[in-house]
Amino acid sequence: MSESMRSRRDQVLRAVCTGIVLAVSATVAAIVIDVVVQGAPSLHPHYLIDRVLDAGREGGIGPILLSTIWILGVCLMVVVPLGLSVAIHLSESAHRNPRTATWTRRNLDVLASTPSIAFGLFGNAFFSEWLGLGFSILAGGLTLACMTLPIFVHAAEQSFRDVPDEIAQGAAALGLRARSRFLRLTLPCALPGILAGLVLSIGRALAETAALIFTSGYVVRPPTSWFDSGRSLSVHIYELALNVPGADRPAAAAAVVLLALLVAIHFSAHWLSTRWAPRKFAL
Amino acid sequence: MWHPERSTFEGGLLPAATILANLVLVLVVSFLLFEAWPVLRDVGPWQLLTGTQWEPSHHRFGMGPMVVATMVSSGMAVALAFPLGLAVAVASESFFSERFQHGVRSMLGLMAGIPSVVFGLWGLNSLAPLIAKWHQPGVSLLTAALVLALMILPTIALLSENALRGVPTESLQAAAALGLDRTATLRYVQLPAARRGLLTALLLATGRALGETMAVLMVSGNVVRMPSTLTGPVRTLTANMALEVSYAMGHHRAALFASGVALTLVSAGMLLLTRRTIEGASRV
Repeated sequence: MSESMRSRRDQVLRAVCTGIVLAVSATVAAIVIDVVVQGAPSLHPHYLIDRVLDAGREGGIGPILLSTIWILGVCLMVVVPLGLSVAIHLSESAHRNPRTATWTRRNLDVLASTPSIAFGLFGNAFFSEWLGLGFSILAGGLTLACMTLPIFVHAAEQSFRDVPDEIAQGAAALGLRARSRFLRLTLPCALPGILAGLVLSIGRALAETAALIFTSGYVVRPPTSWFDSGRSLSVHIYELALNVPGADRPAAAAAVVLLALLVAIHFSAHWLSTRWAPRKFAL
Repeated sequence: MWHPERSTFEGGLLPAATILANLVLVLVVSFLLFEAWPVLRDVGPWQLLTGTQWEPSHHRFGMGPMVVATMVSSGMAVALAFPLGLAVAVASESFFSERFQHGVRSMLGLMAGIPSVVFGLWGLNSLAPLIAKWHQPGVSLLTAALVLALMILPTIALLSENALRGVPTESLQAAAALGLDRTATLRYVQLPAARRGLLTALLLATGRALGETMAVLMVSGNVVRMPSTLTGPVRTLTANMALEVSYAMGHHRAALFASGVALTLVSAGMLLLTRRTIEGASRV
């Protein structure tokens, strides 16, 4: 379309829309800057390792980070094998049973749309009470697994589907068995997308609060077993902001750490899928 | 996806995994219903949703004010975010160069990645005091709506941009051949053609706003009353669940689970509507 012929109202529309983009960008910047400015004074060299003191007003977030990583670990230990299996089944075998595939995808979509507080309540009722896990890392991790499963399955299945058909056709022409074709060709080709999906799921899990409050609890001591209660980073931020008077700055400090983690994860996802994987698998 | 006639990758455990994945949804819904059953049986969904008195200690379980608060805050958020998000999408798709488009998408991605607690924290520490200067207290329906709008804006903008981008080039070329300027092309060609994608964006954003817990919990004031003014504190269904479930017992706890069921049903409904909208497009 010709750029030189700009009508009057085009100019106005362009100005208004650009203005809105600027306003939105400014707001996002304001949010990040506000949080960093409020939280930076509370950050000190050993912040990431120190224990939590004075209900969070002093000290660091060492035990919190430990709990967060542990809960995340539980979540991934369930989601990755299960999610990959479902994704493989959906992309490889489902053409035989299209209705099962549609059903499963729809159910996973519904699961993905469920509000996180509903997961919190479910996790509390099922994992904490019915299965007797109480407030524990295990309960929290399993609840998070239920939440992130649909995201990971979607990303993984999409990655398998994105593998060019020519690869499967070439493998069939060469008489390769399905298993060889899958393990040596399809899987490596889909790996960048799967990794990106994994990282997306981790990001989602890290940001989750409502589901963990009622399943992994509030305890600030370092957890020593799978059945110990442990406070995750986002729960810590919530707790400091709402329930501990005078803890605005420590809350912001923890938020800075959370944001930094998420940014790091985002960039590693990007790097993994666009630089590492293509080079490693020479595609 | 192409598959050879006879040879596909199948393993004994794969179908089991799929069954397990489906089981998760069944489990979640069943448990929510199971916990909610006592109050559904004894008080009934109608009374729960429309009753105006929420006094669990006196066995009054009217969640009406909170239902209204949820709907109004989400409605306001969508009303704010949809035009703004659409404007961002229009700016990016119609007026910006490749590089700026990329920049806008990155900014939106960043915005979408900010956790709800951080939005809540910012709302509590920075936005609420600002609003408090205008009208006490700072935490209110308005604050919640504003924060929610910010949270759903990236979703709307990204999905709308995709939808606008999906309009066939031939239509745009025909519009140019007819001498239409950008505004007219948008109004008569692109927006109508992108209708389905825009509707999807709207539905998904509404679902997200309705289900949001942490941010509204932190900035809405948490007083159970029928919303009457913009600057008065309110409590949404989600915030109510988060606040009371730790000490609720018996019918009180069941009522909280019942509101969980209601929200899940609404979100699922929105999602199924979205799917139907998308499927309608592929049939065309």
